[in-house]
Amino acid sequence: MTIILVLVATLATIALWWLSQQRLAAKPWLESGPGDSFPESGAGRVPAAKVGLGVFLAVVSALFALFASAYSMRMHMASDWRSPPLPWLLWPNTGVLFLSSAAMVWAQAAARRGQAESLRAGLLIGGASAVLFLLGQVVACRQLAAAGFYAAANPANAFFYLLTALHGLHLMGGLVALGRTGARVWRGAPARQMTLSVDLCGAYWHFLLLVWLAVFALLLHG
Amino acid sequence: MGEATLEPLEGVGPAEVPEVELYHATSWWTKYVFSQDAKVIAVQYSGTALAAGFVALVLSWLMRLQLGFPESLSIIDQNQYYQVITMHGMIMVVYLLTALLLGGFGNYLIPLMVGARDMVFPYMNMLSYWVYLLAVLVLMASFFVPGGPTGAGWTLYPPQAILSGTPGHEYGIILMLVSLIIFIIGFTMGGLNYVVTVLQGRARGMTMMRLPLTVWGIFTASVMALLAFPALFVGAVMLLFDRLLGTSFFMPAIVEMGQQRDYSGGSPILFQHMFWFFGHPEVYIVALPAFGIVSDLIATHARRNIFGYRMMVWAILIIGFLSFVVWAHHMYVSGMHPYFGFFFATTTLIIAVPTAIKVYNWVLTLWRGDIHLTVPMLFALGFIVTFVNGGLTGLFLGNAVVDVPLSDTMFVVAHFHMVMGVAPILVIFGAIYHWYPKVTGRMPDEALGKFHFWVTFIGSYLIFFPLHYLGLMGVPRRYYAMGQMDAIPLSTGELNQVVSVAAFVVGFAQLVFVFNMVWSLRNGTPAGGNPWHATTLEWQTPETPPGHGNWGKELPVVYRWAYDYSVPGAPEDFLPQNQPPVAGAARSAEP
Repeated sequence: MTIILVLVATLATIALWWLSQQRLAAKPWLESGPGDSFPESGAGRVPAAKVGLGVFLAVVSALFALFASAYSMRMHMASDWRSPPLPWLLWPNTGVLFLSSAAMVWAQAAARRGQAESLRAGLLIGGASAVLFLLGQVVACRQLAAAGFYAAANPANAFFYLLTALHGLHLMGGLVALGRTGARVWRGAPARQMTLSVDLCGAYWHFLLLVWLAVFALLLHG
Repeated sequence: MGEATLEPLEGVGPAEVPEVELYHATSWWTKYVFSQDAKVIAVQYSGTALAAGFVALVLSWLMRLQLGFPESLSIIDQNQYYQVITMHGMIMVVYLLTALLLGGFGNYLIPLMVGARDMVFPYMNMLSYWVYLLAVLVLMASFFVPGGPTGAGWTLYPPQAILSGTPGHEYGIILMLVSLIIFIIGFTMGGLNYVVTVLQGRARGMTMMRLPLTVWGIFTASVMALLAFPALFVGAVMLLFDRLLGTSFFMPAIVEMGQQRDYSGGSPILFQHMFWFFGHPEVYIVALPAFGIVSDLIATHARRNIFGYRMMVWAILIIGFLSFVVWAHHMYVSGMHPYFGFFFATTTLIIAVPTAIKVYNWVLTLWRGDIHLTVPMLFALGFIVTFVNGGLTGLFLGNAVVDVPLSDTMFVVAHFHMVMGVAPILVIFGAIYHWYPKVTGRMPDEALGKFHFWVTFIGSYLIFFPLHYLGLMGVPRRYYAMGQMDAIPLSTGELNQVVSVAAFVVGFAQLVFVFNMVWSLRNGTPAGGNPWHATTLEWQTPETPPGHGNWGKELPVVYRWAYDYSVPGAPEDFLPQNQPPVAGAARSAEP
């Protein structure tokens, strides 16, 4: 459970930092002063969607950290752990996901500068390479299964399928959001107005890249 | 008078919170069924949760029939007994308490109490309810599949949960796990809303330290739930893999009915870690909203500012944090390194400190207050007593050495029913009576409410207090029938009968509550906007029940904290949070 506890400690630190901005030592019962001198609520500066995505990423982090905890605990709890040979396809796949994230960076910059053409290209490349990555993951899983490494044969195999599938599902969810953003761009929404949506997609993409790197490292380590 | 020590702010426009574009429902369907209005969603959540709770209540009757009269009435057999206890536990903890406190009260109270028009993501909020309903339906479907619902116990421990000795191992366990997974997905949608609305949706002037404690409780509990429920998700997914695909995450090599199964090397302890990493925070996910709500009920109905508001907030936060590092106290009997046991016993007992601070502060709030023994107040007082009771037995069970002999006895059943069964339910009833006038515009009947309280309160003690003694005498939990067991005196059978009779009476008394809720919809006296003379924002809405968008044209502006009751010099004994400063009315600075 070390991994999840480290994550909880990290999130607690962030929470503590945020709480330290909230004047927790205030004495609210003494605070009813003249009408124009009440404190701000402190809310409303950052768009709610950004905060929402941040909280959601924390939840997804907890989910993967718990799987990683289970992975490392199960590995050491019995002597039956036999890591499967990882399909070589995972390496080019990782490259494709990097490309996808890079395209999103490009799209984010294009949206900020108001360049509709580049924005479309960025979103298209980002989305297409994400789809390519997913297809690659499916092929990798089939390669592993074809080589006889079934889920039931060993927990290491089962974790491989479980973690890649879970990551893939999250990416598919991201593709839905990206599709909605793309649809608005293609229907002619001004690029600058799409900054927030594209930023959110980008943040999610980079996050999922990090998650995949962590998952990949875990699988290599096992 | 205490001078406001804050510098005037620059650059804060009249509406610091940007006005959000509200979704306007156009048809009956989008207004009342697929509604994106948090108030409607709250009622949907509450109704569904209470309906599920009544199913669980009937299940508890079946259990008590068996335990009270094991020889004479055989309505259920051994297998059904296990199915009944499993479903009772899971429905009550997850599908009733969590859903009602966060989905029900969270949805209704957060936007109104922080001064927002609605949740920040209304569409996702609506989805959250429908996904929750789907989870409930999937769970209930397990009553109708071959083999019936799972009888694995609410903790669903493998290996027994998926082996053929356990009833419901065919389909029941699958539906249970799938239902939990769906529930967690639905909750995450709702939880994001509750957290982000508190963070981002607060009205001008509503600092975190001016929030009513109800919002603090629900907010902290939502954050915890968002981080704890994934552990249950992981456990459920992996157990589902073990059951459906034959993986060995949790399943060790095992012989089942004389047959060697294909499993090998899996660890049941791993599941316990996952389950309790969720399971212990879950206790406080239920308790913290109850703590918050009860603080507001006490302050309002005793006309006193809450004693030690800052301490109350800090205590909520500390409890929330500590609850993530105590989970293994549920696993003392699973065996662990003595130092781990020492660590978890210590953290468990430390939680008693912030919890005790809260209890002292409630009592000190009541001290020399102008106590109105209204129905909500009665329930709040009942909660304090019951929670102290259940908390004290927690000190026994938190110690590894004391827990070992008491584990798996009725003492544990008594402890957790007191602390997370009866206590939060008393708060829920109190809260329903308290906010019913705002939700419906009419007062619930007071005489019926008092009758409901006294029967429920005294009855609950008749049910659960004797269970402590039964447990100390060694009566095990999870036993279908004791038979002729030499270790246990025969008199325990009589005590069990008393408990069962009390359980029937308390159960029937809940019909009075249902009747009151339905009858008062039409026949209750009109409540007006603020029948309890409360300070918090939800009582200051221009319409009662609050209309679409809650606040009419202008968002409220908050000038003070939530507990300005009986302020010296004020024209009335309460100052609403959106009341501009009144000349001469202020608390003196406390030393």
